[in-house]
Amino acid sequence: MSSEGRMAFMPFITAGDPDLDTTVAVLKELANCGVDLIEIGFPYSDPIADGPVIQESYTRALNNHFQVHELFDVLKSLSSDQTTTLPPLVGMVSYAIIFRYGAEKFLNEASAAGFSGLIVPDLPGDEALEFSQKTQLANLDLVQLVSPLTPEDRTKRIVQSASGFIYCISVAGTTGVRDELPAELTVHLESLRQLTDLPLAVGFGISKPEHVDTLRGKADGFIIGSAIVKQFAAFSDSNQTREEVISSIGNYATEMMSATRG
Amino acid sequence: MTTILSDVPDASGRFGEFGRRFVPETLMHALEELTQEYEKAKQDESFQSELNDLLKHYVGRPNPLYFAERLTKHCGGGKIYFKREDLNHTGAHKINNTIGQALLTVRMGKKRVIAETGAGQHGVASAVACARFGLECIVYMGEEDIRRQKLNVFNMKMMGAEVRAVTSGSKTLRDAVNDAMRDWMSSVESTHYIIGSVIGPHPFPMMVRDFQSVIGKETRAQCLEQTGKLPDQVIACVGGGSNSAGMFYPFIDDESVKLIGVEAGGRGPEPGEHASTLSYGAKGVLHGSFGYVLQDSDGQTQDVHSISAGLDYPGVGPEHSYWKDSGRVNYTAITDNEALEGFQTMAKQEGIIPAIESSHAIAHAMKVAREAHSNETIVVCLSGRGDKDVNEVARLLGQEI
Ligand SMILES: Cc1ncc(COP(=O)(O)O)c(C=O)c1O
Repeated sequence: MSSEGRMAFMPFITAGDPDLDTTVAVLKELANCGVDLIEIGFPYSDPIADGPVIQESYTRALNNHFQVHELFDVLKSLSSDQTTTLPPLVGMVSYAIIFRYGAEKFLNEASAAGFSGLIVPDLPGDEALEFSQKTQLANLDLVQLVSPLTPEDRTKRIVQSASGFIYCISVAGTTGVRDELPAELTVHLESLRQLTDLPLAVGFGISKPEHVDTLRGKADGFIIGSAIVKQFAAFSDSNQTREEVISSIGNYATEMMSATRG
Repeated sequence: MTTILSDVPDASGRFGEFGRRFVPETLMHALEELTQEYEKAKQDESFQSELNDLLKHYVGRPNPLYFAERLTKHCGGGKIYFKREDLNHTGAHKINNTIGQALLTVRMGKKRVIAETGAGQHGVASAVACARFGLECIVYMGEEDIRRQKLNVFNMKMMGAEVRAVTSGSKTLRDAVNDAMRDWMSSVESTHYIIGSVIGPHPFPMMVRDFQSVIGKETRAQCLEQTGKLPDQVIACVGGGSNSAGMFYPFIDDESVKLIGVEAGGRGPEPGEHASTLSYGAKGVLHGSFGYVLQDSDGQTQDVHSISAGLDYPGVGPEHSYWKDSGRVNYTAITDNEALEGFQTMAKQEGIIPAIESSHAIAHAMKVAREAHSNETIVVCLSGRGDKDVNEVARLLGQEI
């Protein structure tokens, strides 16, 4: 991507919000917009890294009886469907779910469903060693997160066990749209760049093309969660049709795609 | 080699396979700093003497170990003693921990404190400790618990704390913990999170246990002095597990002492009807640590029910999970109705109105006492007083106040 001189755009959606059919329809729409990677969030009852928008989306999915194995089934049939080509999929999933499901079973099924990597936000580097070996065996990347509060010696250790890309959290806080990205972010990215050759993707708070402009040349990609997920609330709004909501998500993704080129 | 059960956790916060830190990277550095700061404070004589001084003159320790003669007679059998945490300032054991953590907050140079609360006792104890040290205090509390515990909400506000209503999920304790953790994610540099039980990521389960161990240490000494021997059985209620951990820990290596934790049996054993994590839960991750959790087969936390807001929690501290698996502590459950009965019997027989949480331990002690020989001593942790619960109890008994 950097050879094309543009940044990667990675939208985040919640699986099963409001149901898995909609998840499939939105995945196809995002794939048609040419996004570079899609992060699929597994709804979890007790998230601590997420702000209200994503938590509400998890609640909608869980109220509708989201089940992990059903998501895997749906994705499996989608990847054997010749009419759509999906970009790489990365799962964002709490370790609470992985552990209970059974780590090996989860990893094998995730891999078979077409995931190429996982982000496990509540599994910090210190606890990830054993698990990262298991993810490798299942042919999955384990993306590690680095926060602005992570000291340099910790960062060094974290990037060593990371693969895929490094998820750089823009601010100390939870997910959610913010007006401006913090000024220190640039410095943080520059120092990270010294520590790893892995691509750097920035997430938390990004919603506008202007945000992307400030990251250009410093990051390799960006993740947008809440700004997309908040549009999912409209699926339960009877004034809009499903198609209208999906196409407005598509329009937003297209706008952000063009921002990747500057 | 025999393992010494008291020698946990290790440096990474492991109680056997339980505990550790399952939190976002953003919190990791603060947890490391807190661990170091706490270790230093523990070795620091001036910290310890200030803490002891406050426990004595502000909290009112040591509180009595009381022989409940009438209740003993009523049950017939073993002798029932109560460790009177209800006589502490603020009326519950929670203050032992908040005073300790508030001192640590001051030591770390932080000025803002957040806390979560179910029954409101930890919220009140945090508000008190913060008022005492001039710290800003924000308490997260589920909307349902705000309804159940109006008196405590009023008290917190009187002492200058801000009470933030939590409207997500089940609107109870576990949602309050979620929201407090989220606040901490964005404020961790200026704020200390005073967790109210032996839950959460390392070092909280260890630190809270240590601060609460004053209960068991005093009980041990008082028992030896008053009865000439160690107790035969020690009983305490288990929500997150702090009053029981504080009570049990100093007895852990005394093999002759039987330890029993009493969870909230609610309306019965079906999912959603109780809060008996150790009786019905499975191993998993919740709120930053690994232990038993009430969850479904996908790892989603289950809704819980208890008559008592303070026991209404789908997880439990990692050290209790460790004690359960090692067989050192037995865990059992008492239903809502049994607890209500324990509450009323205690009031009539002893003239003490216990917290509805503690009433679970009392109800179980009454069962145990009936089966025990008259020279056996049964010590119950009376974790708190029941003023906060009288409105709810009256409502359940169909009476007006
Ligand atoms: C009086 C009393 N006892 C017991 C508990 C349960 O907490 P833990 O299990 O941490 O002692 C509470 C919690 O609010 C309480 O107020």
